Amino acid sequence: MKYTGAQILLESLIREGVKVIFGYPGGANLPIYDAMGQYPIHHVLGRHEQGLTHMADGYARAGGGVGVAMATSGPGATNMVTGIATAMMDSSPIVCITGQVASYYIGYDAFQETDITGITLPITKHNYLVTDAHDIGHTVREAFYIARTGRPGPVLIDIAKDAQQTAIEWSYDDSPIRMPGYRPDLSPLPADLQRAVELIQSAKRPVILAGRGVLMSNAMREVLAFAEKTQTPVAMTLLGLGGFPASHELALGMMGMHGESWTNRAIQEADLLLAFGMRFDDRVTGNVKNYAPGARKIHIDIDPSEINKNIKVDVPLIGDLRETLNLLMPHVCDCDHQEWIDHIKQMKDEVRPRDIQNLPDVGKLYAAHVINDLWRFTGGQALLVTDVGQHQMWAAQYYWLDRPNHLITSGGLGTMGFGLPAAIGAKIARPDANVWVVCGDGGFQMTNAELSTAVQEGVKVNIAVINNGYLGMVRQWQEFFYERRYNGTPMRSPDFVKLAEAHGVTGMRVTTRGEVERAIRSAEETEGTVVIDFRVEPEDSVYPMVPAGAALDAMIRRPQPTVPELEFDEI
Amino acid sequence: MQHTLIALVEDRPGVLNRVASLFRRRAFNIESLTVGHTEQPGISRMTIVVDSDNVSVERVTAYLYKLVNVIQVEDVTRRPTVSRDLAMIKVSVTPTNRTEIIQLVDVFRARIVDVANESMIIEITGDEEKIDGFVEVLRPYGIVEMVRTGLVSMLRGSATGNAQPIALNGNGKMVKMYGTV
Repeated sequence: MKYTGAQILLESLIREGVKVIFGYPGGANLPIYDAMGQYPIHHVLGRHEQGLTHMADGYARAGGGVGVAMATSGPGATNMVTGIATAMMDSSPIVCITGQVASYYIGYDAFQETDITGITLPITKHNYLVTDAHDIGHTVREAFYIARTGRPGPVLIDIAKDAQQTAIEWSYDDSPIRMPGYRPDLSPLPADLQRAVELIQSAKRPVILAGRGVLMSNAMREVLAFAEKTQTPVAMTLLGLGGFPASHELALGMMGMHGESWTNRAIQEADLLLAFGMRFDDRVTGNVKNYAPGARKIHIDIDPSEINKNIKVDVPLIGDLRETLNLLMPHVCDCDHQEWIDHIKQMKDEVRPRDIQNLPDVGKLYAAHVINDLWRFTGGQALLVTDVGQHQMWAAQYYWLDRPNHLITSGGLGTMGFGLPAAIGAKIARPDANVWVVCGDGGFQMTNAELSTAVQEGVKVNIAVINNGYLGMVRQWQEFFYERRYNGTPMRSPDFVKLAEAHGVTGMRVTTRGEVERAIRSAEETEGTVVIDFRVEPEDSVYPMVPAGAALDAMIRRPQPTVPELEFDEI
Repeated sequence: MQHTLIALVEDRPGVLNRVASLFRRRAFNIESLTVGHTEQPGISRMTIVVDSDNVSVERVTAYLYKLVNVIQVEDVTRRPTVSRDLAMIKVSVTPTNRTEIIQLVDVFRARIVDVANESMIIEITGDEEKIDGFVEVLRPYGIVEMVRTGLVSMLRGSATGNAQPIALNGNGKMVKMYGTV
């Protein structure tokens, strides 16, 4: 049967299970849009291509399968770059499809021509330029296979307009793929497994470092069983949160730059680190020269290039985390590390009085209180999507996740503006989820045009804008390291309530702690999207903090409470 | 130290760019890179010489394997190989030193491939040391222009750098090469 290239693309997408495309039409992808009406694919029109890629990313992270974003050539394609880089850094499986000028124009600086495969080469797992309709079918198959297998990541397919238009004889079964160089089926060597077991058995002070790999390999149950059997405390990376229940007695919470002091000290004092699907990012290790100096390291990761990249490890186990843990489990005996666990608990108890949750209510609205209240009033059950900055760290510290896949956040790239569009994608993937966006006043304004997308799609997300009138995290760095020279960080924002209303959704404002509960409950009861403008303390900082480049246990600690008349016991 | 990597890659547009871009992106220096066809259709062979320590070479190898179009990578630095570089050197000559230069060409087993009144082009093949030595000897006569191909390497004996139907993967695991999904 004869198909145009555009039809072949859509036929192939259907075969990959694609139900939603986040897209934006233009001259170079019009043939695809023209054919789209014949296929059961829902098209979500975004307001900016950055938002589209974040939506596809949020859709994928929420469990919708490979997310698909589509844009036209030139500016449409280049606007996707930030979203692609975000997906790359956080190993999120998305496929981006861009229109390209006709093949006979390529290289002649035609209108809206840009070399998007060249531009995205270092920020995609792989990319393709297709100039012949015959290549579309197998390219889509390869792209989806690459995006979702091994260490997932973004794949871009750039399709010349004439390839979209050409009609050819085609059938899906004639699209065999051949990728001799792509082999995601890795598994650890038996000798390395043996060495790992020996290290685990002889450890006295072990700590598990759980990363996003735990969630991606669906190894939550295995990690829990492993931790309980070996009595090993579990620290998590930002993207690993939810991989191990926060309320479990072995949970240490988030590690790294804004990890709690007992967590980072436990890592520094450990004699064995078990890295599960994490990559020793600099925000996690602090200064690598004195990172966990007394610890042997076992590193389980699906990506061989992560081994010995940031931290030299003693035993690399390359493979799927879940499979690898299943290989290890029968050989590790029950361990008892009560002394070590008690020691960590003691460190934890020492800092408890400094915890912001134990501070008295002095009539000010603190962002951390807002986020912890959000945790309380949503029963910890919301699908939380954050933007990037202070609120993100407070969310990591005070929205305690007992279940996996309930936090979506831009970790590796730290992309401001990620929150709202990612939440829209997540809500479309999981329509029953109670989606809350937590974002700052800065990040919200980077992509708040996507409010229109939410309205047009009838998508309900609740948006908590933690509005402190500053680019808060940068202001915090200026406070700590640049003698409070607040250059470029004070930010004047529009009236977010009116902004919401202009979009036809509900806006609310909260200025005191007493109003927080009512606002959250009211937002959940409201039918459409709700924007809550939380006017929080302007000059509040995230504690503790490991200054960039400092050792992990060299933390700026949370200041002692400054309310002299109250004893901690009474709080 | 210098490491020599042999990489077998798919013969597709843009693959050289992907490999070169990887070295730039991860801040590794390429000393030389050659690429050409192999006896297997659709597969090209690259010989890449990098100057770095062992740990970095392991990283480069892992990154190369991450490229979807890279089929196999082998560090042949410590294995017995035959390595060859080809150079063409245009040297200025005068009637008085012409004979002298021709004698040097004979000693180094090089070849004269072009002769003009004031210059000649000499072709020499060999390992890098031999060519470097020859260049130094010619330098006093005045080198007008020089071009080198960069190193190509082949394992000695019956061992090959060919893509095997069953090959070692990035972590040493045996995998089938031409699997389809």
